[in-house]
This record gives sequence, structure tokens and C-alpha cells, in this order.
Amino acid sequence: MALCAPPSNPNTLIVKYSIVSLLRNAFSHHEQWPLAWRSPPPKPEYDVVIIGGGGHGLATAYYLAKEHGITNVAVLEKGYLGGGNTGRNTTIVRSNYFLDANAHFYEHSLKLWENLSADLNFNVMFSPRGVLNLAHSHADLEAYSRRGNAMRVNGIDAELLGLDEVRRMVPLLDCSAEARYPVMGGLLQRRGGTARHDAVAWGYARGADSRGVDIIQQCEVTGFSRSGNRITGIDTSRGHIRAGKIGLAVAGHSGQVAALAGLRLPIESHVLQALVSEPVKPVLDTVVTSGAAHFYVSQSDKGELVLGGDLDMYNSYGQRSNLPPVEHAVQSLVALFPCFSRLRMLRTWGGVMDMSMDGSPIIGKSPIDNLYLNCGWCYGGFKATPASGWCFAHTIAQDRPHALNAAFTLDRYAQGRVLDERGAGPFAWAH
Amino acid sequence: MMLIHCPHCGARDVTEFTYGGAGAARPADPAAADDPQWADYVYMRDNPRGLHDELWQHSAGCRRWIAVRRNTLTHDVIATARPGELPPR
Ligand SMILES: Cc1cc2nc3c(=O)[nH]c(=O)nc-3n(C[C@H](O)[C@H](O)[C@H](O)COP(=O)(O)OP(=O)(O)OC[C@H]3O[C@@H](n4cnc5c(N)ncnc54)[C@H](O)[C@@H]3O)c2cc1C
Ligand SMILES: [Zn+2]
Repeated sequence: MALCAPPSNPNTLIVKYSIVSLLRNAFSHHEQWPLAWRSPPPKPEYDVVIIGGGGHGLATAYYLAKEHGITNVAVLEKGYLGGGNTGRNTTIVRSNYFLDANAHFYEHSLKLWENLSADLNFNVMFSPRGVLNLAHSHADLEAYSRRGNAMRVNGIDAELLGLDEVRRMVPLLDCSAEARYPVMGGLLQRRGGTARHDAVAWGYARGADSRGVDIIQQCEVTGFSRSGNRITGIDTSRGHIRAGKIGLAVAGHSGQVAALAGLRLPIESHVLQALVSEPVKPVLDTVVTSGAAHFYVSQSDKGELVLGGDLDMYNSYGQRSNLPPVEHAVQSLVALFPCFSRLRMLRTWGGVMDMSMDGSPIIGKSPIDNLYLNCGWCYGGFKATPASGWCFAHTIAQDRPHALNAAFTLDRYAQGRVLDERGAGPFAWAH
Repeated sequence: MMLIHCPHCGARDVTEFTYGGAGAARPADPAAADDPQWADYVYMRDNPRGLHDELWQHSAGCRRWIAVRRNTLTHDVIATARPGELPPR
């Protein structure tokens, strides 16, 4: 979970993080590091206001400044940076999608991840340790070979593993014939992995701030003033702010904030939980997921096993955990890895997901002329963070989508162009 | 733990139920409804942070569909009834 941001210091100097600055600061016992970003009071007016200081909003501000030269920008966050889903997720990064639009978008994101620490001069600890989807049946194997082939046609790495290869790669997995979920093989994306969630928010915040973006925390958006089909200003808990263009990136609160602007969205909010075990020595060096068990696990750099499973399966804005899905996740863990049965669980938490009706995101224009939407991330928006900000910045700056997000429009639902990876139908909680 | 009071069986654990989503009304005259009306019914949601009227099936009990009024922030179950019979707010 994220830490609170340090108090404001108007005299922040941007320091390039390097071995030299590390050594220099060692002499002052690391007590003189400047703050990573300013915390200025809001100005009365900005060219662009981004609502939501999660990874997506901060990345959008960063790329607006870096790629499009738009720097009179504010990011408004009602709590603290990354205190939403960015600081609550299980940090899995991958681009193993079947549909072309998703595949190209998430692959662009993965390519940005691969160079993100260098680009931001901030270590986001991207760790391409591989993401392995287990196949438990012939049908699973068929589906994974189909998905893997689609990925390779799109130029994305994918390997179909047999049982022996899975066993060698994940020695603690129960691959025996008696296993509760017999393993028959798996689909591996070696370039996938994990990253440090807080660092992504902080790195983008620092990068945006150093280019002139105002990052304003403890600033809740409570309403909009309209003139014709435009929004002219934003009511916030820190006063009224005029804005030329507005980008909405509030994830699980999209329905609530869109309603302030009179919009309904094809989105439901649902709680998703995760939990971690007590830390242990390195035992699992890849991400293991099981579609059959609705479960996935990886090991954090601190040694904790990070477990995730299903949604609670009913509309919820409660950012907290409830026992039934926790029990399900632990049962799945022990079924797949009987050797973990005596591990104690350390903590559980929940985040509010913006579940879209086809499981794919919306990045694009809205029915209001100068309001842009970034929402519908379901459980997969952390890995999307770089490409989401990159495409959203392009869409806001140019007033039209980039080719990479052209399919992610709001009107695709009415037009029958839904992007439903699983073919699960219009049930937000089924994706 | 969330308890839902099934109008037929009494208070039961949430794990006995399957969620059916917001009980939006189908267009009254399906043949007359146009594409935007259908798209609205199938895809668009109010998604409130607060009171929400929804359908649940008591799938591990009497298997009947019931209407539930619930607070999506606190998870408090405010009222349950047969479908269409929730009291007005
Ligand atoms: C348990 C869990 C596990 C997950 N695991 C993964 C995973 O392994 N891989 C993956 O890719 N994704 C995962 N996700 C999904 C991922 O976390 C999200 O999709 C992603 O972080 C969304 O980023 P964001 O910046 O859009 O949203 P957020 O980080 O939620 O940011 C939105 C911000 O908007 C702010 N806000 C809301 N309302 C207002 C308002 N009125 N005014 C001002 N600010 C407001 C919020 O405070 C919040 O900080 C997981 C999510 C959860 C909860
Ligand atoms: Zn019943």
C-alpha cells in the first residue's frame, strides 16, 4: 500500500537520481534529499485538468507535457497519490491478449514498461519474471494455443509449455496425477512480470511535476459548471478551477464522477481483493495464474506471496475485503501448492474496480465537447498505466484518438463493436 | 459477513446467493424499441455509490429470484422482497 506524500516544500530542486547523487547524499546521511514533487495550491485556471491522481492520471499529465508540450496542467486527487487502485493492485504486467485492439494496446504498454525506469529516472522495479497461465484440461490447452498463436501473429512473445516444462519451471506446483487441479501445460509470456506499484505513481508524478504540472492532493471534485455542451469549470474541495479540457481518470469512481457531469457509463463498480502471506525466502520466481481456479500468485521482492482471485461479484464501492473471496483464494493456493498450507496470511485489502460491460477499457471522447474519458479498466489497469497515459494524452492534446486507442470508444457498445475477450456477454462482473 | 433475508427462506449467508445485477426494466414494447434504447438497457448503468436495487437468486436455497435494496458503500441490506415488490424509496 502507498505511503502518504511528504509535506509541501516550495523550494524543491529537481535532482537527477544517479550513483553520483546517491553518494553525495550519503555524506549528509540521506537527510537532504529534495522532495520528489511540489505541492502548490491550485491556480484559478488550467489548459488541462486531469481528475484522479492514480497511475493513469499522472501518466497522462507526464505524457501531455513530455510528448505534446502541454504543461499548464493540474492533476486533482481527492486523497493521496496512488491511494486508489494503483497502490492496491497485485502488479502483474503482461500483454497476452487475444483481440487485436487489446493486443496492440497492451503490447505498446509492455514496451513502455521495458524502458520506464530509465525514461522516468525512477526505479519502478519492473521485473520481467514471466507470466504463466496453467492449463488444466485439453480444452484449456486448445484455448491457450489459440491465444498464443494470435499473440505471435501480432508479434508478441508466447510459448505453449508441456507438463514437464511447467514442472521444471515451478517445482513447488502440484503436478501429480492426484492434484486437485491436474496440470497439463501452460501458456507462458516470458516478457511479462511485475513492477512496484507505488513507484509508478511517484515516478510519473515526479516526471510530470518537473515539467511544470501542478499535482494537487486532498482535492476532491464535487461538481462541474456547464455552458452549452462544454464544461467551463470544476468545483472542488479546494475551490473552483476553470479548465480548457478535462480528463477523467478516476477508475472505480468513474460512475460517480461522470454522474456529476450528467453522464451514464457502461460501467459498474465492484470490489476486488488481494492478500499477502508472511514473507518467506525466495520460492516462486514467476507469476502463476489458473483460470480454472480463478486464482493467481506471485512472490513480492519482500518475500510475501501475493494472492488474488475473484471479484466479490456484487456492485460495491467498499474499499475493503470480505471473507468469502479470501477463503476462495487461500483454498486455491493450497490446492495448487500444498506446500504453502502452513503459511499465515498477513493482510488483506480491497479496491473498487471500474468493470466495463465488455471487459475492455474506454479511452476517448465523451458526449461533452471538452470532457475525455479514461475508465473501464477492470482488474487489468495497472499493466495498462504507461500506454493508457500515453494514448489519453494524445487523445486530449489532438482531440482525437491515437490508432492504438481508436477501438476503445464509448459508442462502441451502442454500435455493437464490443471488445469482449472472454465472450462473457454484457455482465460487468463476468469479465 | 453479509446476510440476505430471503423472503421465502429467511436470513441466509451471501454465499448461498448468485448476483443478478441491477434489475433494470426491459423496454416495455420490445418490437418498438430502437437501437439506442436497447443499448441503454443492455449496457448503461446508474452505478450509484449508495442505495442500489438489484436482483439476486437464492441459488443454494429455494432457487427463486428476489429483489434486494442494498447500500453499495456499506453493504447494508436495507430491504428484500419478491421481484418488483420492493417498497418505494
Ligand atoms: C486487488 C487488486 C488487484 C489488481 N491486480 C492487478 C494486476 O495484477 N495487474 C493489473 O494490470 N491491474 C490490476 N488491478 C487493476 C489496477 O489496479 C487498476 O486498473 C489501475 O490501478 C487503475 O489505475 P487508475 O490510475 O485508473 O486508478 P486509481 O489508482 O484508482 O486512481 C484513481 C484516483 O482517482 C481518485 N478520485 C476518485 N474520485 C475522485 C474525485 N471525485 N476527485 C478527485 N479524485 C478522485 C481516487 O482517489 C484515485 O486515487 C488490480 C486492482 C485491485 C484492486
Ligand atoms: Zn430462498
